[in-house]
Amino acid sequence: MTMPTDPIPLPLPASSAPVLDDAGAAAQRQLAVLGARSRHWQRTRRLSFVLLALWLAATFCSVFFARELAALSLFGWPLSFYLAAQGTALVYLAIVGAYAAGVHHFDRRYARELGPGAAHEGKTARGETP
Amino acid sequence: MIAARARFARLSRHYLYFTGCFGAFLLALAILEKQGMPRVWIGYLFMFATIVLYAAIGVFSRTSNVSEYYVAGRRVPALFNGMATAADWISAASFISLAGGLYLRGFDGLAYIMGWTGGYCLVALLIAPYLRKFAQYTIPDFLAARYAGGAGGRGTPVRLMAVGATIIVSFTYVVAQIYAVGLIASRFTGVDFSVGIFLGLASILVCSFLGGMRAITWTQVAQYIIILVAFLIPTMWLSAKHADNPLPHVAYGAVLPKLAAREAQLASDPKELAVRAIFTQRADAYAQRIKALPASWEAGRLDILRELDAVRRRAGSLIDIRATERRLAAYPKTADEAARLWADLQAANLARALPPEPHATPFPGPDREQSDSRRNNFLALVFCLMLGTAALPHILMRSYTTPSVRETRVSVFWTLFFILLVYLSIPALAVMVKYDIYTQLVGSEFSHLPNWVSYWASVDKQNPLIAIADINRDGIVQLAEIAIDGDVLVLATPEIGGLPYVISGLVAAGGLAAALSTADGLLLAISNALSHDVYYKVVDPAASTQKRVTISKLLLLAVAFSAAYVASQKPADILSLVGAAFSLAGSTLFPALVLGVFWKRANHIGALAGMVSGFAVCTYYMLHTHPILGGSAAGQWFHIAPISAGVFGVPAGMAVLVAVSLLTRAPDALSNSFIDHIRAPE
Repeated sequence: MTMPTDPIPLPLPASSAPVLDDAGAAAQRQLAVLGARSRHWQRTRRLSFVLLALWLAATFCSVFFARELAALSLFGWPLSFYLAAQGTALVYLAIVGAYAAGVHHFDRRYARELGPGAAHEGKTARGETP
Repeated sequence: MIAARARFARLSRHYLYFTGCFGAFLLALAILEKQGMPRVWIGYLFMFATIVLYAAIGVFSRTSNVSEYYVAGRRVPALFNGMATAADWISAASFISLAGGLYLRGFDGLAYIMGWTGGYCLVALLIAPYLRKFAQYTIPDFLAARYAGGAGGRGTPVRLMAVGATIIVSFTYVVAQIYAVGLIASRFTGVDFSVGIFLGLASILVCSFLGGMRAITWTQVAQYIIILVAFLIPTMWLSAKHADNPLPHVAYGAVLPKLAAREAQLASDPKELAVRAIFTQRADAYAQRIKALPASWEAGRLDILRELDAVRRRAGSLIDIRATERRLAAYPKTADEAARLWADLQAANLARALPPEPHATPFPGPDREQSDSRRNNFLALVFCLMLGTAALPHILMRSYTTPSVRETRVSVFWTLFFILLVYLSIPALAVMVKYDIYTQLVGSEFSHLPNWVSYWASVDKQNPLIAIADINRDGIVQLAEIAIDGDVLVLATPEIGGLPYVISGLVAAGGLAAALSTADGLLLAISNALSHDVYYKVVDPAASTQKRVTISKLLLLAVAFSAAYVASQKPADILSLVGAAFSLAGSTLFPALVLGVFWKRANHIGALAGMVSGFAVCTYYMLHTHPILGGSAAGQWFHIAPISAGVFGVPAGMAVLVAVSLLTRAPDALSNSFIDHIRAPE
């Protein structure tokens, strides 16, 4: 078991990267990690907000305009019934899938940005790509 | 990496064997039934075989290692974690009552389908990956680490508040699950209700007591497979019967127009109108009696007394005397009680005097305003269920069990996928059973009622699951003469579709699996909150790991027995409040969880204030509007039903959290680096 069991693990400062030759290189390395992390977080956050907006729109529109949409029909279903019973749920599944795929993509980009010989954060992320 | 693949392959092999064996078991029972094995034996065999199976998995996965006990060693592959979470999620209510709810409520019922699936978007995007990156054991753990304040900066106040919310929410929920276990066991095997409860309890305990999260996970995967098979077989059968297509999700589009045509026909059928007119008359009679209170109460009592006298004087049969005495005993004791009882009866009769609502039409109502109100309630309920889903501790807890953050994200996808396999066929089942009943049962003769009607009518004498009375005495069943309880729908589907009794037993086993899997997860959530968060983190931080696991197991026993005790009392009020648990969970935990990740400025005092006020607003609204809690519909804001109290609670909790955080000191550097850590990629 490599899991920390007891007290709350202190957040890993970036300086816990492997010891480097001299102080200057270490500082540079730290900056690179911090920069890559913040870009990764910005991408993740943007993706989350876009997908959440989609989630909200799908939910709200299919309910709020249900009476108007009921006039349309899709393979025998009134459109609003189809959306509430299946359509939005499938959109939700797509949202969760897109998020998992998107952030996985960001993780790989993060590992690439740190380049070869990256710190342990980079290694784990790359090690997990199948 | 290679080890993980080998593990995955081994697990897949095990569960494929399991599915094969289960199929063989079904086949063997089907053959035995053909040979004339009595029904009750099939019921027994299903109950005991599945319960023994769950217990056996528990025994094989027993452990006393802390990490194994609390988070299954964080080795559960995404696909299997998804299956286990789906079983955790699909409760007795989803399996048994949801299809019935859709049958009775038509379009309105779909709010549950949307709400209970859409919540996973919030879980996936806002909470689960960050919990996994944090990599501890419980939800209160996360909140206490993020909002580290209070004595020694250990976040104890926030932790205790979160523990309180976890317990209140999960306990209401677990009581309902155990109640369902008792019901299913007693209906299918004829054992007493409380015996049924303790049978179910035994299997829950062997499993979670011995192996904690690890045993629960592997049992839940098996339970999911049983749930899926049990739900899909009868639904596909009905689908093939009514739409010539065994894929219910695709096929019921063809049944909907036929159902709509039949509904229109029944709405204006003269015999239906006659039955509804009789119900209107009955309602009017009650209205008259209520108006004439208290004289009418006195007169009614005297009538019965006089009748009793008459029966006794003419030395009527003992049965007649008993019947009259029972009527006297059931008669309201006071004029006030009579007013309440008669008002209920008036409402019930009025409800049955209404024409059936078209199933697929959204928000039917006499005028635009009432229709709008139904739409708003639908929206409010959808959002409450979603926010509640994203704050239920027993679901969130499962995101700790995967090997990596990436696998957690994938695991939420699989969870939703496996939930949808069942959920997308629930509306299909409701439509097809409705079509079956509207076309086959309605219009048939009373002398030739199908067997399932008489069987399910006699199962529970006090609250019959289905009651058909010849109101207009024409010998033919009218739709308005059928009173059906939603719960019977799934349980009776195999018989409605004309399937052998084996499938009925399978459905019962599926319902049992749904209830047991959810109860397992909930009990573990409660006992972990008590043992890990209260005992280890607050009372005795120096406790050895051995002691922590032992305490956790003892607490699990205690919680399980108290839940079973409460369930055996058949508490109607608790059962009707289960839906409210979602609002309560959302209002209390959701703002603190989400803002904790996405807003660095949120601090300890803000979180406490937010949790308290979310909880308070939600509880206040329920107390003021829920009839069971002594409120009334008059206290509603914007005509929103009490079950959706979360639409006020969550924004209130968010607003207070933000306001109080901004008014008090910003969190320190430690808290900032904590947030950076959970946001950072692995």
